[in-house]
Amino acid sequence: MTIEEVQNQIIEEFSMFEDWEERYQYMIDLGKTLPLIDKKYKNEDHIIKGCQSKVWVHANMEDDKVKFTADSDAIITKGIIAILIRVFSNQHPKAIIEANTEFIDKIGLKEHLSPTRANGLVSMIKQLKLYAIAYQTQLN
Amino acid sequence: MLDIESIRKDFPILNRKVNGKPLIYFDNAATSQTPQQVIDVIVDYYSNYNANIHRGVHSLSQEATDAYEESRLKIQKHFNAKHSHEIIFTAGTTHGINLVANGFSSVLKKGDEVLVSALEHHSNIVPWQMLCERTGAKLKVIPMNQNGELILSEFDSLLNENTKLVFVNHISNALGTINPIAEIIEKAHKIGAAVLVDGAQSCPHLKSDVQELGVDFYVCSAHKMCGPTGVGILYGKEEWLNKLPPYQGGGEMIAEVSFEKTTYAGLPHKFEAGTPNICGGIAFGAAIDYMNSIGFDTIANYENELLKYGTKELLKIEGLKIYGTAKHKTSVISFNVSSIHPYDIGTILDKMGIAVRTGHHCAQPIMDFYKIPGTIRASFMFYNAKEEIDTFIAALKKAIMMLS
Repeated sequence: MTIEEVQNQIIEEFSMFEDWEERYQYMIDLGKTLPLIDKKYKNEDHIIKGCQSKVWVHANMEDDKVKFTADSDAIITKGIIAILIRVFSNQHPKAIIEANTEFIDKIGLKEHLSPTRANGLVSMIKQLKLYAIAYQTQLN
Repeated sequence: MLDIESIRKDFPILNRKVNGKPLIYFDNAATSQTPQQVIDVIVDYYSNYNANIHRGVHSLSQEATDAYEESRLKIQKHFNAKHSHEIIFTAGTTHGINLVANGFSSVLKKGDEVLVSALEHHSNIVPWQMLCERTGAKLKVIPMNQNGELILSEFDSLLNENTKLVFVNHISNALGTINPIAEIIEKAHKIGAAVLVDGAQSCPHLKSDVQELGVDFYVCSAHKMCGPTGVGILYGKEEWLNKLPPYQGGGEMIAEVSFEKTTYAGLPHKFEAGTPNICGGIAFGAAIDYMNSIGFDTIANYENELLKYGTKELLKIEGLKIYGTAKHKTSVISFNVSSIHPYDIGTILDKMGIAVRTGHHCAQPIMDFYKIPGTIRASFMFYNAKEEIDTFIAALKKAIMMLS
């Protein structure tokens, strides 16, 4: 699936939720169940420090596709990471560079991607793009 | 007795809804809300007499100057400073601290020692670190115990003839501990050290008498006590303020200027370069009037009731741990629940219209002491109601259920 197709799928899934409680419960459950990053990458080299929560990101490329793993010490942040990973991981670097995150708005989670929220997510998306740019350079 | 229903009517913001729920504002230690009486003063200023002060011959300028200086007198009276020129208008607590730290650059020498408490906000740590880097003085820390109280016997042993300055907050923003500043000042003065008290957290809860305390410098912010942001004061003893060099150059702070030499204006103008926050300064006076009209004893008694009630109800929740259990504390409750991240609880509470603070509260050394990433902090003011605590507890239980 393309990034846009994954995003549309997520928007559709979220449209089934009746209220914020269901939305957040879904993200919390996502955050709880998904093992996202190998423990050995949960170190200072992979950390993005937000004021409120910490985020760890790791990337590698296989068959011209970038694979991301990530984690956070806060569950809701981790739930959103799970959604972002679903969108960005396993895609061609060029597609990642060109993708936007407007779908977050449509699933009612915009506030978590505000630059002033200081939860590490905005920096994380920047980091995903930087990884993609680096891998794209390798392909060129 | 405090008439909570009539007081709540003074604060228009308390009527608003957040995420569809009535706002419950428990982030008062970060900033307090503004009563209509203060909002009216702000509107009146911009509607009727907005002008630059201290330099115009026209009526508007005179009216604005009079109101601004009248506010300085109110503040002087409130904190019982000996002279009105000992009250310097600043942009807030952090500005006041930096002004003093900068001034001490020319006073401190290598080998001098500066003491700060382990309970400080970053704004009362970083300027002193910078000062010590500039001067070669040494920064030492007064440690605290598990309850979040300063260990005074350690303070005693840190004091010596090299100690030149002691900086301590009156009340800790992260834990609510009320520090024994009178005792600290007395001991510091015995060995000839000057003391700066950060009153940002105490100014809305306790009335401080700077002469009785004998404190050398006292700083606070208007927005912590029902006034606007961007304005505060530095109180300094006249002899200290005369000794310190000006902080910023500009208009207003000079007596005479030529390209060869400038003579500085006297106090307080020496430290008030440029056009100040005139409206803010006037509104600060109005905020002090408002709080005094309720009375600080009444406020303290009522807030203490809220603190006791909130603490009792919170402790009923399984796995909840309160950080900061000092014997003397103000209406701030910092806590965590089991291993749930504070950010998660704060996010869910916000969905239910409840504003609390989460994180390290700009006091990372305290979080390191307890080995936690941060806490959830609920801080109450006199306009908060017991019923709001009940709603908060119910919402907190729901958040815990969702997150467990």
